[in-house]
Amino acid sequence: MTTVTNMPLSDLLKSFKLKTKQQELLIRVSILCLVYILAFITRLFSVLRYESMIHEFDPYFNYRTTLYLTQNGFYDFWNWFDYESWYPLGRIVGGTLYPGLMVTAVLIYRILHFLRFAVHIREVCVLTAPFFASNTTLVAYFFGKEIWDTGAGLVAAILIAICPGYISRSVAGSYDNEGVAIFALLFTFYLFVKAVNTGSLAWSLASAFGYFYMVSAWGGYVFIINLIPLYVLVLLITGRYSMRLYVAYNCMYVLGMLLAMQIRFVGFQHVQSGEHMAAMGVFFLMQVFYFLDWVKHMLSDTKLFQAFLRITVTCAVVVGTIALGLGMLSGYISPWTGRFYSLLDPTYAKDHIPIIASVSEHQPTAWSSFMFDYHILLFLFPAGLYFCFKRLSDATIFIVMYGLTSMYFAGVMVRLILVATPAVCLISAIAVSATVKNLTVLLRSKNKGVLTGSTKGSSSSRASSKALLDQSQPFQKNGAIALLFGAFYLLSKYATHCTWVTSEAYSSPSIVLAARGAHGNRVIFDDYREAYFWLRQNTPVDAKVMSWWDYGYQITAMGNRTVIVDNNTWNNTHIATVGRALSSYEDEAIEIMRSLDVDYVLVVFGGVTGYSSDDINKFLWMVRIGGGVFPVIKEPDYLVNGEYRVDKGAAPKMLNCLMYKLCYYRFGEMLTEYGKPPGYDRARGVEIGNKDIKLEHLEEAFTTSNWIVRIYKVKPPNNRW
Amino acid sequence: MEAPIRATHILGFALFFLLFFVCRSSPLHDLLISSAERRIDLTSHIVKVYLTLKVENAGSSPTSEILLAFPPTQVDHLATVEALVTKGKRKKTTLVRLDVKPTELPDAPNGTKYFTIYLANPLNSGESTTLEVLYLFTHSLEPFPAEIGQSESQLVYYRDSALILSPYHIKQQTTFIKTPSTKVESFTRVEPTNRAGTEMKYGPYEDHPPYSSSPILIHFENNSPFPVVEELVREVEISHWGNLQVTEQYTLVHGGARHKGVFSRVEYQSRPTLSGTSSLRYLLARLPPRVHSVYYRDEIGNISSSHLRTDSRKSELEIEPRYPLFGGWKATFIIGYGLPLQDFLFESSDDRRYLNFTFGCPLLETVVDKLTVKVVLPEGSKDPSAVVPFPVEQHLETKYSYLDVVGRTVVVMEKKNLVPSHNSHFQVHYTFKPIFMLAEPLMLASAFFLFFVACVAYLHIDLSIRK
Repeated sequence: MTTVTNMPLSDLLKSFKLKTKQQELLIRVSILCLVYILAFITRLFSVLRYESMIHEFDPYFNYRTTLYLTQNGFYDFWNWFDYESWYPLGRIVGGTLYPGLMVTAVLIYRILHFLRFAVHIREVCVLTAPFFASNTTLVAYFFGKEIWDTGAGLVAAILIAICPGYISRSVAGSYDNEGVAIFALLFTFYLFVKAVNTGSLAWSLASAFGYFYMVSAWGGYVFIINLIPLYVLVLLITGRYSMRLYVAYNCMYVLGMLLAMQIRFVGFQHVQSGEHMAAMGVFFLMQVFYFLDWVKHMLSDTKLFQAFLRITVTCAVVVGTIALGLGMLSGYISPWTGRFYSLLDPTYAKDHIPIIASVSEHQPTAWSSFMFDYHILLFLFPAGLYFCFKRLSDATIFIVMYGLTSMYFAGVMVRLILVATPAVCLISAIAVSATVKNLTVLLRSKNKGVLTGSTKGSSSSRASSKALLDQSQPFQKNGAIALLFGAFYLLSKYATHCTWVTSEAYSSPSIVLAARGAHGNRVIFDDYREAYFWLRQNTPVDAKVMSWWDYGYQITAMGNRTVIVDNNTWNNTHIATVGRALSSYEDEAIEIMRSLDVDYVLVVFGGVTGYSSDDINKFLWMVRIGGGVFPVIKEPDYLVNGEYRVDKGAAPKMLNCLMYKLCYYRFGEMLTEYGKPPGYDRARGVEIGNKDIKLEHLEEAFTTSNWIVRIYKVKPPNNRW
Repeated sequence: MEAPIRATHILGFALFFLLFFVCRSSPLHDLLISSAERRIDLTSHIVKVYLTLKVENAGSSPTSEILLAFPPTQVDHLATVEALVTKGKRKKTTLVRLDVKPTELPDAPNGTKYFTIYLANPLNSGESTTLEVLYLFTHSLEPFPAEIGQSESQLVYYRDSALILSPYHIKQQTTFIKTPSTKVESFTRVEPTNRAGTEMKYGPYEDHPPYSSSPILIHFENNSPFPVVEELVREVEISHWGNLQVTEQYTLVHGGARHKGVFSRVEYQSRPTLSGTSSLRYLLARLPPRVHSVYYRDEIGNISSSHLRTDSRKSELEIEPRYPLFGGWKATFIIGYGLPLQDFLFESSDDRRYLNFTFGCPLLETVVDKLTVKVVLPEGSKDPSAVVPFPVEQHLETKYSYLDVVGRTVVVMEKKNLVPSHNSHFQVHYTFKPIFMLAEPLMLASAFFLFFVACVAYLHIDLSIRK
């Protein structure tokens, strides 16, 4: 009975049965879809833990400009002169930002509204970075496929989807340039490698547009415009010059350069700045190379060609050097900027540009953060490099160079770990894929003993050494199984580590602080928004707020008030003036503040809650930056025997400077911790040195419920009679 | 054709004359108030006046209209007037609500404004009846001094008349004024005046002619916060899939004495009874039962300080603004919540549907200067009409929400100067065919279907130029 009824069903199933190739495609597509979704949802921890909000500092500026773009349209955005920041100078926003991110978000917003999805622009901004991270996984798949095979592509997609190094800058709410730029970077590289591999003008053109998008999105495009020429140069030196390379590079460079000039912030830098000269030099070198190739083809005489070669190369080098020298001397070509120098020489910023060195994400990377952000990829990376060298091709040379250079930069600056992440993931993916593939081949080809031997030769380091040892032993299969289990164990550890890091470390918006209460409950400190909203609602519309530059973007975006300096840091003198005001005595500071029309002063103070990244801890940087421009401010005045203190033993200048007064005003009456004297600073763990603070020209206007933000009003000058 | 028109004309003239006659002579002179008792409650920032009038018809003709008079300065702040009459004898008394309408009289002295109470049964000559009148004033307490520091208490002026303004002769009247605390700086004496505890008694005064008045000024302490919602937009969105989504946008301001000078957090935290006593720390919103997905946020994100307590009869949402509101400080925020549709949407007999929802502001003890209620009907609804128990301005709008093609009809109702007693129900009737419910899911399904068809087509069609 049962067999009779089952017959047609099994027939039906058989007719639906897919061929092996189709099965493989189905599995691949479904894995990619899952990875795509995974990359998106793993970045939503911050929304679940907190809310759908914009994080940190710079994203608030991006959000504000995006809002402006949605409300006023593109032309107004392009011509926007923002008088709410850098008072009284203002800022030409359209000409001093990379518009790629905002335009992308608004485009998504418009498309969604066209499709009748009535979402708020904030939601679009919050989810832009995860969306692009998902797209990056697809690019990583295709890139991996291009340089190795589909397996490596899939592994690369999975690795990059959850790699903490990338998640750190692409969680939901982290609405920053890097969010889309990493996608653009990898996409440009992929298209370029594809163009080099195929020699197709279409791919090259596509990579030029990818480059254009990258230029519009992030200043890190300089990495592309230097890495690609370097790569071309390496190919030329190693004798891998080909017509494909010629087509790919020339088309990409010329078009990419022309397109990049359309971005106002970049302008003519491609022909005028020292950082972009390498690309131009390589471009001319390519022409010389091509010319020589042609001459060689025409001339049959080798000796004659050698002479010709010598003359041409000398001439080209001389002409190039003279052009460069003239350009430099006449000032047409600008020298390298400080930021560029600080990348090449990690100690440069510390000595010359304190404003760059003061940012925590510009510090040299510690080993622990490599471990934190890469986990097992750190060990897989060298293995992958080994595989790449074993199967050297144009594409693998590229990924090797990308990996090595970006790893160097990642070592120089913490934030550049982000740039290295795609390369590390791709190279590690090659290692994983090649190893696992070799091991499975070993396992499956047990019946065919001959084949095992042949595959062993080209298999992974671990597998091959193992295999060589056990060539005639029966444990070969067991060894492979053990290694496979080991690999899966490591990969699963990687997955748990990534999830843990994402949920614990990288999903905090840093606007809202969360802590554990005495009973294990979650306590939220929402003081920043409390203060900003107070500013927004209860101060005059044209009030000017002075604060350290870190909070500038947030005050303009959330508080909607004019600030003196903000995170753009384009004018060091202006920042130094604010630093000087904050580190002077009150009666000196009031002169500076009156000259800047300051109405309110905002300081961040963590003494009550134990929040350590407050203004007192940043204060030495204010002194340094202020002192860099105004020599009246001297760092040793604020230190006692080279030590930075706020307690009774602190330097007298420290105890009476404006920043100290504003932070600790009436703090001496406050009992912060049980069993400690009043005025006990929990962030520094000391009792403050000056408890009797009188303010003459300022008055307390608002202090948030946990004292994290304190706002003071500048009193109008007294009447003379 | 001619005759009926003429007939109506004549009837109209006759009515006019009758009305004129009635207005001019009989009620004004023939009615008299034998005793009046007024209780003014000044404990919160909404001034409540309870008036008990014993009206006697001294004339010869029966009348059913009784006039209430208000000086023009008070009428601007008058939020609501209600009149009740007691019916039944002794134990079985019930209160019956009477119609009250604003009336214009041609020769009102000093711009006096009138409200007419329409009695259910005309008052025959010689009869008398007792009316209970309740009216509320907003913005009637003037802070003096207008600016106070953090530790000072809030003092306010209240201006009124010791005598009840009335177009009728009042034989005997008394006024009681209740202040929130015993701290009264000064008050006008109109003998006999007594003060005991928190209550002041003006009167009894005997035999005062119509339109007599005697201004009084009371200066007293009122430390309760004055929550004033300058503008409230309530949006009620009906989804026939079973949800009613309410979004309320508030612009809240503390209407008391303006804050002056320093705000010291250390004093505010350590001495809450002395410092910032009139500050607005939290608000209580009374929401319907079975409320779900409540949120409380503003332009820059969620506000974490709110608590929701629900039981089977009501839900209470306690919200704290981001910062305590001192006099003159503002805060804007949004409250949103979902409600089960079956509690509020009903089908009427004529195959129409109607929404039955409360009109006013759910915050307790709050004055709303301007309220806009928007009822967003589902896409495809027709013939909307609103029934509101008091006069409002109405118009229609169109709103586009998720996946809307033709847009949703929005019934917009606007009213100024509201107090919590305006929280009565209103109805919006409309017709809706259930088939429209399927429009959006079908649209989505077909979009996905087309997408998959396109994919299939793409995979099966060879688009390459080269062969």
